[in-house]
Amino acid sequence: MPPELESPLRSLTATNVVIVAGKGGVGKTTVTAVIARAARRAGRRVLVVELDGKPMLDHLVPSDGPDGEDGDPAIDVVHISAADALDEYLRDHGFARIAKRLNKTGVIDMVGTAAPGIDDVVVLGKIKQFERSGDYDLIVVDGPAAGHAITFLTSATGLANAVRGGPVKTQSDEVLDLLTDSSRCQVVLVTLPETTPVNEVIETAFALEDVVGVRLGPVVVNGVDTGVALPDADAEAAAVEALDEVEAEPIRAAAAFRRSRREMEHDELARLTRDLPLAQVHLEALPVAGLTAADVDLLVDAIAAAVPVEDGDG
Amino acid sequence: MADYRGLIDDAEVIVCCGAGGVGKTTTAAVLGLEAARMGRRVVVVTIDPARRLADALGLADGLAAQPQRIELVAADTDAGELWAMMLDTEATFDGLVRRYAGDDEQADRILSNPLYRNMAGAMSGTQEYMAAETLHALHGDDRFDLVVVDTPPSRNALDFLEAPGVLARFLDHRAFKLLMLPTKTGLKVLGSAAQPLLKAIGRVVGSDVLADSVAFFQAFSGMESGFRDRADEVVTLIRASETKFVVVAAPRHDAIDEAVWFAGQLVEQHVGVSAAIVNRMQPAFGVGSADDAEQAATGADDPTLAALWRNVAELRTLREREQAVIAPLVDIVGLDATVTLPLLDSDVHDLDGLWTIAGHLFRDADPIGPSR
Repeated sequence: MPPELESPLRSLTATNVVIVAGKGGVGKTTVTAVIARAARRAGRRVLVVELDGKPMLDHLVPSDGPDGEDGDPAIDVVHISAADALDEYLRDHGFARIAKRLNKTGVIDMVGTAAPGIDDVVVLGKIKQFERSGDYDLIVVDGPAAGHAITFLTSATGLANAVRGGPVKTQSDEVLDLLTDSSRCQVVLVTLPETTPVNEVIETAFALEDVVGVRLGPVVVNGVDTGVALPDADAEAAAVEALDEVEAEPIRAAAAFRRSRREMEHDELARLTRDLPLAQVHLEALPVAGLTAADVDLLVDAIAAAVPVEDGDG
Repeated sequence: MADYRGLIDDAEVIVCCGAGGVGKTTTAAVLGLEAARMGRRVVVVTIDPARRLADALGLADGLAAQPQRIELVAADTDAGELWAMMLDTEATFDGLVRRYAGDDEQADRILSNPLYRNMAGAMSGTQEYMAAETLHALHGDDRFDLVVVDTPPSRNALDFLEAPGVLARFLDHRAFKLLMLPTKTGLKVLGSAAQPLLKAIGRVVGSDVLADSVAFFQAFSGMESGFRDRADEVVTLIRASETKFVVVAAPRHDAIDEAVWFAGQLVEQHVGVSAAIVNRMQPAFGVGSADDAEQAATGADDPTLAALWRNVAELRTLREREQAVIAPLVDIVGLDATVTLPLLDSDVHDLDGLWTIAGHLFRDADPIGPSR
């Protein structure tokens, strides 16, 4: 029996499938990696799914990480491209005999346009297959950007209504079953403690709840400033008094800058708490401009340490 | 003076491209604002429906699908004008159909077809295509002498260059030719050779959807060449020397990787990058390295002073890492054409905020590397 994960990691990994979504640049991939690494540490069999785009996750979730040597299971990473998935689907459904190269003949474009959302449904269908295979305890999907997240997740609803029968109808219904089953699937939204990302995450959360009825997990706030504590203005003035101006000026400017950013961050977090009734998980801002696997492990440690370990075995 | 200064002096079109979430829309607005200050008549087209830009420009009712004049303080401008609008993909597409349709009846048949509505609303590349089309229309509009456009978030810089040709290719596809077998009596749907394909399509998407598709291509016939010629004109403008590409990035690995890739693609296509703008860099605090500040913190007897130095060290560390991260972009675009903008201590929410950024960009820009 693998050890239980501590809350809030437990709530982030509570379902078979976790779809991570958020605006570009908020750190979806980081959060995907943190969830996957945390689950792997607890002995889960983890699959990470990357949708269209550049493969980023291979180096963030290496299978030979610090705890890999003691026989922990590796993390599998799979890349699914919507165009390839649709191509494969059509070949499996009677197109293979007609068109050797479906892309060249434009059949893919036409089917995708005639039945919008079919490519998204086919992608979700593949994720559902992985879930049903029983090969994994947790499937983490590095999802599409927030704008597309809504169309991605509503694709099955739209298609199920538009198509009356046949394989696409069956596929859409099965995908809807997965999305609306709160024991199997949840969406984890990611944001930053800044105005625009907070606005967008609030809008997306309500839209997803209204239209799809999917379970929403905790909101992950990336890049929360947990750096050095700053003295108040009076203490600061006293401390730099003895310094010459050339030295004192950057110290004062840096402190003023950090205070101002923190104040803004504090206000945005307060607004998020007020306007969106979901639990929050905060990830600290690491002083890096691009994360490595070691940084991901630091974040996992930080979340794990933030709350008491419930069933300590050592 | 760096190349990016000349950017707004003589460009007729500026295209801002880059990954999502790096500040393309704000950058487009800032470039437009500065060009207006220089006396140019500028229209900024955004694809981002974000409320924030409308607020920042003082448009209480939001951005519209037609250019709206932005009120600027007279003293700040040299008889220039700033206009802004939001791209309306579907309305732009509808307009093209009406223009090239033989008559209203043909246009109505196309516009009401479900396949057409899907194509106008959701087909990948449509947004890029219509952004390029809008840019072309505004370029020919006498009210403006500079068009600034931000591009849809895209993994591929070439989408914007190639999207105008996408529809033409879409209509030329063999699959549709199969649907529209010419016969002695004119166009006949469901030629015998096409039947297995049609059956397969019908089986997957349903017969209603198939019937819509056939009806669409029937309605569209005769308009292909009009669309293709127009697409060619749009591509010619985008590739012309008066069109400048600006790559926008944030100082993070992923965003810089994409910016480098974008820039590389543009160079390969002989389009070239006129400038790279890296948004939201950590500002510099004094001279000296993070290590210097860390040593000062360690050496300080007063714990308050130590904390203050540690703060300087943390902020400098971030800046040093960001500078290392952006190096590959500087390599490909060039030192003179790359400019960084500082992370501000507050959010941009009004014209003053945009002016502040414009000031950083054009008057006391933060030089990269050694001072010139």
